Amino acid sequence: MPDLASLRFKNRMYYVLLAAAGLVALAGLYAVHMMETHGHIISGMNNQIVWGMPHVFAIFLIVAASGVLNVASIGSVFGKAIYKARAPLASLLSIAMLAGGLTVLMLDLGRPDRIIVAATNFNPTSVFAWNVVLYSGMFSLVVVYLWTMMERRMNPWNKAAGLAVFVWRFVLTTGTGLIFAFLTARQAYGSALLPPMFIVLSFAWGLAVFHVVQANIYAWNEKALDPDILRRKKNLLGVFVVGSLYMVATYHFTNLYFAHQSGFEHFILRDGGIYPALFWWGYVVLGNLLPLLLIYVPGLGKSKCVMLASMLVIAGAFALLYVFIIGGQAYPLSIFPGYQASSSFADGQIGSYQPSMYEVMLGLGGLAIAFIITTVSVRVLNFMPQDKPYISD
Amino acid sequence: MSDLDMKRRNFLKTSVGAAAVAIAPGMMLFQVANGSSEGVSAKVRWGMLIDTNQCKTGCNDCVTACNKENGLSGETKATDAQWIRKIEIKDISSGREVSLPMMCQHCEHPPCVDVCPTNASMKRADGIVLVDKHRCIGCRYCIMACPYKARSFVHEPLHDQNPDVPRGKGTVESCTLCVHRVDQGLQPACAEACPNKAILFGDLNDPQSEIAKKVRTVASVQVRADLRLNPGVRYQGL
Repeated sequence: MPDLASLRFKNRMYYVLLAAAGLVALAGLYAVHMMETHGHIISGMNNQIVWGMPHVFAIFLIVAASGVLNVASIGSVFGKAIYKARAPLASLLSIAMLAGGLTVLMLDLGRPDRIIVAATNFNPTSVFAWNVVLYSGMFSLVVVYLWTMMERRMNPWNKAAGLAVFVWRFVLTTGTGLIFAFLTARQAYGSALLPPMFIVLSFAWGLAVFHVVQANIYAWNEKALDPDILRRKKNLLGVFVVGSLYMVATYHFTNLYFAHQSGFEHFILRDGGIYPALFWWGYVVLGNLLPLLLIYVPGLGKSKCVMLASMLVIAGAFALLYVFIIGGQAYPLSIFPGYQASSSFADGQIGSYQPSMYEVMLGLGGLAIAFIITTVSVRVLNFMPQDKPYISD
Repeated sequence: MSDLDMKRRNFLKTSVGAAAVAIAPGMMLFQVANGSSEGVSAKVRWGMLIDTNQCKTGCNDCVTACNKENGLSGETKATDAQWIRKIEIKDISSGREVSLPMMCQHCEHPPCVDVCPTNASMKRADGIVLVDKHRCIGCRYCIMACPYKARSFVHEPLHDQNPDVPRGKGTVESCTLCVHRVDQGLQPACAEACPNKAILFGDLNDPQSEIAKKVRTVASVQVRADLRLNPGVRYQGL
């Protein structure tokens, strides 16, 4: 039984954390206000790199929001008890990250005040327009899914809602991949591999976020996770990490195979300065190899190792998205294949990009929103996984 | 005819005359404000044929004319809008160098229109691809989708705009083919300004037009024809 003093301390700590996150979110809003007043000139983005740091944050949050639901799906769709106990927390995280990611995406628009136009003028051929439906649909479905879990009378609908969420999130992440897959003229994008790649990446990133949050909740409540459960979940993370590395490798190998794409691959993997460095050191070594060692090397794989591995997977995700989104735009469009080109509009040149403070503030603001939604909900509602004594199923 | 009838007739005549005089300027203003009530016709396909043999390296007259006509600053920072630019290209295998203007290619199947979530990017019936500045939310997806790098995002507040060419901070824009001039029967500013007449503008669908005749007789290509977007701008001598 925790003593009164420690409870008081925790209570105060909770409000301090909440206030800190609130300040970060406010700083994000301030960045939006500045970008609204001065225009995107104060961001690092330009006419060559039109999507920058906010998109790295937003896409991470949205992809992870889809992937974290894996935990719920394994519980509801495949009936695994230890995952079912975690489905409410996974759903909450999904809603929180979706909210954070979409906020960043919307507030980075050139005219965020016109967002309603996206609802009143719908272009059925636009992947972005599809995504408006997919994101809002996902949001509502996960809310219903949570309701079927947390309201006893709704329990009979849980399986159906779980199945709907399971299908919807595959379509959603496919939609996120398609944003890039349909950009046929760009060397970095325009590949049918991107939607499945994003789906597998979402598994790893979502589970990593789940591990970090779960570990913190257990620590906060001074509870210890059953080592058997930890072992199973860390093995799952390992499999997802290997799977995502495989997809990313396949994407680059297929590009290397097509002669007209080799210039881009040499840039992104070898000659492009910051981009190859981030790809090899940030994504491959820190985001994949190190986590795999932490998970699989005999003697490691304990609670702290899994936590560290998960955090590294998240850091690797940011590195990969930076390389994919910004590096992909930095490589010049091939308007005249077979020709060298130069102009006043940076034709044939590598685009330059320096993320500005405002972009980072906006991105962190999105993370803060996700944090606030999670922390408040975990405190007021019962999202703590309730495990029965573990029996292998 | 009685005297009374004559008076009545004169009164009516005067009244109608006075009413016409009173209403006419209003009607004319209405006409001016609304322009022609006739919509653009899909029978027309506006296009350009650019003769790169006539386009000189170092000559920037088309760019200057475009900037002046459309109220662009003419600066070339990475964040400045450029609706038309001169590109110098060099064949890697033969070393042959060509100079040419590049702008929105006014595709028949424009990717920018496909990807725009709000239908702000649109193609007029006569083939001119435009951005509705009131609908554009500034997501920049069209810039990502354009294979010609033809679009710019307005990064800063704008001042002293040309009333015929509305622009707006936070929205995307590109060459309008000088739609405001074309609708008055004029040529786009770049075509008019070219000292060597390298830019031929006209209706590709009219078999009797100069551009249609020339496209039929000389070899010309569309840039990135492999993408099958059928651009309205063609290049000769590439």
